[in-house]
Amino acid sequence: MRKFSLGRFVLPAYSAVALVFLLIPIVYTIVFSFNDSTRSNTVWEGFTFKHWLNVCARQDVCDAVSNSILIGVISTIFATILGTALAIALVRYSFTARSMVSLSLFLPMATPEVVLGAGLAGLFFNAGVGAGMVTIIIAHVMFCLSFVVVTVKARVQTLDPTLEEAGADLYANPAHVFTKITLPLLMPGIISAALLSFALSFDDFIITYFNSGSVTTFPKYIYVAASRGVPAEANVIASAVFLLAIVIVLATQIRGALKRAKLAKG
Amino acid sequence: MAFAAFGSASPTKDSGNKRKGGPIVLALLLPGLIYLALFFMTPLVNLVVTSLESPDPTGAIGAYFYDFNIGNYATVVSSYMPQILRSFGYAFAATLFALAISYPVAYYIGVKLRSRPLLQRLMLTLVIAPFFISFLLRTIAWKQLLSDNSGFVSLLHATGILGQTQFFIGSDAAVIFGLTYNFIPFMTLPLFTNLERLDVRLLEAASDLYASPRKVFSRVTLPLSMPGIISGTLLTFIPIAGDYVNASRDFLGSSKTSMIGTMVEADYLQNWNYPSASAMSVLLMGVILVLVTAYVRRSGTEDLL
Amino acid sequence: MAAQANVSGADLELIDVRKDFPGFTALDDMDLHIPAGQFFALLGPSGCGKTTTLRIVAGLETPTQGQVLLGGKDITASKPHERPVNTVFQSYALFPHMSVLDNIAFGLRQRKIADYEKLAKDALNLVELGHLGDRRPQQLSGGQQQRVALARALVNRPSLLLLDEPLGALDLKLRRQMQIELKAIQLEVGLTFLHVTHDQEEAMDMADIVAVMNKGRIEQMGAPEVLYDRPKTAFVSKFLGQSNLFIGEVTSSNPSSVSIEVGGNKITVDKKRAEKHTGRIAIGVRPEKADFHETKPKLGADHVVIGPGEIIDIRFTGVSNQYLIEIPGVGEVIVFAQNIGKSPEIELGAKVWVSFKVEHAYGLADLPDGTEEN
Repeated sequence: MRKFSLGRFVLPAYSAVALVFLLIPIVYTIVFSFNDSTRSNTVWEGFTFKHWLNVCARQDVCDAVSNSILIGVISTIFATILGTALAIALVRYSFTARSMVSLSLFLPMATPEVVLGAGLAGLFFNAGVGAGMVTIIIAHVMFCLSFVVVTVKARVQTLDPTLEEAGADLYANPAHVFTKITLPLLMPGIISAALLSFALSFDDFIITYFNSGSVTTFPKYIYVAASRGVPAEANVIASAVFLLAIVIVLATQIRGALKRAKLAKG
Repeated sequence: MAFAAFGSASPTKDSGNKRKGGPIVLALLLPGLIYLALFFMTPLVNLVVTSLESPDPTGAIGAYFYDFNIGNYATVVSSYMPQILRSFGYAFAATLFALAISYPVAYYIGVKLRSRPLLQRLMLTLVIAPFFISFLLRTIAWKQLLSDNSGFVSLLHATGILGQTQFFIGSDAAVIFGLTYNFIPFMTLPLFTNLERLDVRLLEAASDLYASPRKVFSRVTLPLSMPGIISGTLLTFIPIAGDYVNASRDFLGSSKTSMIGTMVEADYLQNWNYPSASAMSVLLMGVILVLVTAYVRRSGTEDLL
Repeated sequence: MAAQANVSGADLELIDVRKDFPGFTALDDMDLHIPAGQFFALLGPSGCGKTTTLRIVAGLETPTQGQVLLGGKDITASKPHERPVNTVFQSYALFPHMSVLDNIAFGLRQRKIADYEKLAKDALNLVELGHLGDRRPQQLSGGQQQRVALARALVNRPSLLLLDEPLGALDLKLRRQMQIELKAIQLEVGLTFLHVTHDQEEAMDMADIVAVMNKGRIEQMGAPEVLYDRPKTAFVSKFLGQSNLFIGEVTSSNPSSVSIEVGGNKITVDKKRAEKHTGRIAIGVRPEKADFHETKPKLGADHVVIGPGEIIDIRFTGVSNQYLIEIPGVGEVIVFAQNIGKSPEIELGAKVWVSFKVEHAYGLADLPDGTEEN
């Protein structure tokens, strides 16, 4: 009996400690976005809102962020379209070489970023393509693809194929079945995949570093600035992204909970 | 596999009703597969080819010609043996720590919190939350918090764990610490996905059959969570082996903590020694392929994605 | 492309249809003809191929061989959305992302019917759910969902309505109620219904014609009473209701009947109710047509008397008592005695004789699985 009550207390306490430990750098980053610093943001010099109010006081930070956003959006669009198609094919259709396809989609996720980065850089170099926005986007679509497939695949698997049969039974041709039934029902999964893809693209460093040439993305900016000192504006951006992400996640959870409550009430 | 954790956390069931579609399947598969072939397979092949190149006789930096110079591999292995050993050593240590830290948390969230789904989702979000801040900034945060003149180091000095002239940042421990921290979510999520589906009734049955809590864990829980442990381990070990940011001098490491990735970056982007960088990459990739093949042999490909 | 103009209640014909799946054959040279306007039930155990048949008619599967004709027109190659056939699925398959009304209107809108909203509302009223049009399917109860699925199919006035075990998920009382309603709707609307089910009571209750399927073939087809009164195969006799089967060599025959000898008892069946007249045959009789007696009864040649045997089990099921009687050389015989209070206070172990009228017996074309032929 004593052991039982020990377990009941220890596990939650331990988990709480672990979570606090996980969140320490986040708190640090957010706190230091309010630091009244000029160049290097390593020593606390006082509380100020000025970095939040004037984020683009350092133009290079803002340029890097806009690049990251642009790259993120474009990569996400391509990765989502290609990935969704692959996911549907993998779940709904039987074809030879399924194992091969699954394996080929898995490998990019298992490949270290240095290998992917160096490999792509070598490819572009040999093909005579200069590193820049285009190469970054190509690289990002590449590594986001597998994650999109995994996310959408999970959603497709929960989709009842009888619904599509019912659509056909009710005079919808295959194109209409897809647009009126399949796609709307897959949408939550597709949106999750798109968000995941954007997040991965925005935060990517190693692969981008190998393939960016003179273009700076937000992570690349931080890496380069790390030796000199990362300015507080970068903390502001990162904190803003973090808060936005948390808000989105919470909003989805709340929306889901509300929906379930509404359906249950009927 | 574990990766489904990145998607929806709901268990996946395979709809057996697979159609044999001719042209439609092709239209769905081809664009993505062609993209993969072009931008994943080709670069890998290119790496192998480049790794066998030899320096151009003119001696110009960055100039090589196609050759079959396997000697490159021998050179790379002998010159970079410290980095190789260190990379796998760090990866092994960090993975172990990540497992030790994550398992109880995953167990708590996945098993104990099932009756309180709201709290469960909240805790899960908090586990993934570090993901939402650029990992470079996360690492920099630790670099500051554990820097030479931080309270942490003072404590280490005061208790005698570190000599007055020794510091934390730049040591192997610091790098391992950073790697563990950054990759904990990669370990926690697969563990969670597996433990979330653990049938508690099996534990109750074991208890009913006179097993002590320790025995229940070692005989029932642990074996059943093995798939999660294995995929979590793969998901952490592999990226860690290839990481170099944590070990970088600008972050948590020093010139004495360089890893395989550090060498690849240096050779590629600074020394323009493409064959060397490629050979290293191919070696790293080779090790990973061995691990993945072993996994696929055991568990098949259906569950990979 | 909108579906063809409906031939109201068209004939359905399956000719030599065969469906192979990797590893097994689901349908084995099946022939089927359903006249227009009938309530037709396809009855059989799971795995017999009835759902496959339905899916082939709907166009959701293509036959490996054979043809499907609707109103004389060959629709074998038509896609599902081109056929004037609608299905009520076993899981209802209501679109969760649309309202109930939109679900019902779906087919109409795909066919570009002009006043789809009114027609959908009418259909909803027909199944008495007019007030629930704006709800989502997930908010409805099982019975309500079933009715929406029905309305969604009916509103398109298909030549043929397919129902795939639609009442399976409902509780007993609701199922009985829906059986009555479905039958009423079918009569009112005059469509052809093809109802697939494994519940023999349901099939016999609702259908004009019942076809019993087994292992990919139709074993027997006809009006429910006919099938019940005169099953032609061992499978049908066991699947529809219960049967006592007696197996033996034909020992005597005269112009109107044949008899077999089992354990010293003579069991006779009319030739016009027997499929086989020579060799080793099986003769059956329904338990409710049999009676038991404590002393050997003196009955005419129009009766069969077997025994003596011993009562080894008695079950009280409310409406009747079920007696299981072991007769040496014959086997176990089931007798249902209606519970009208006149049954003697009989006990386990009592020695009894069993009798039944010859005209109630039926002779099967085959022997039950497991018995040796000759």
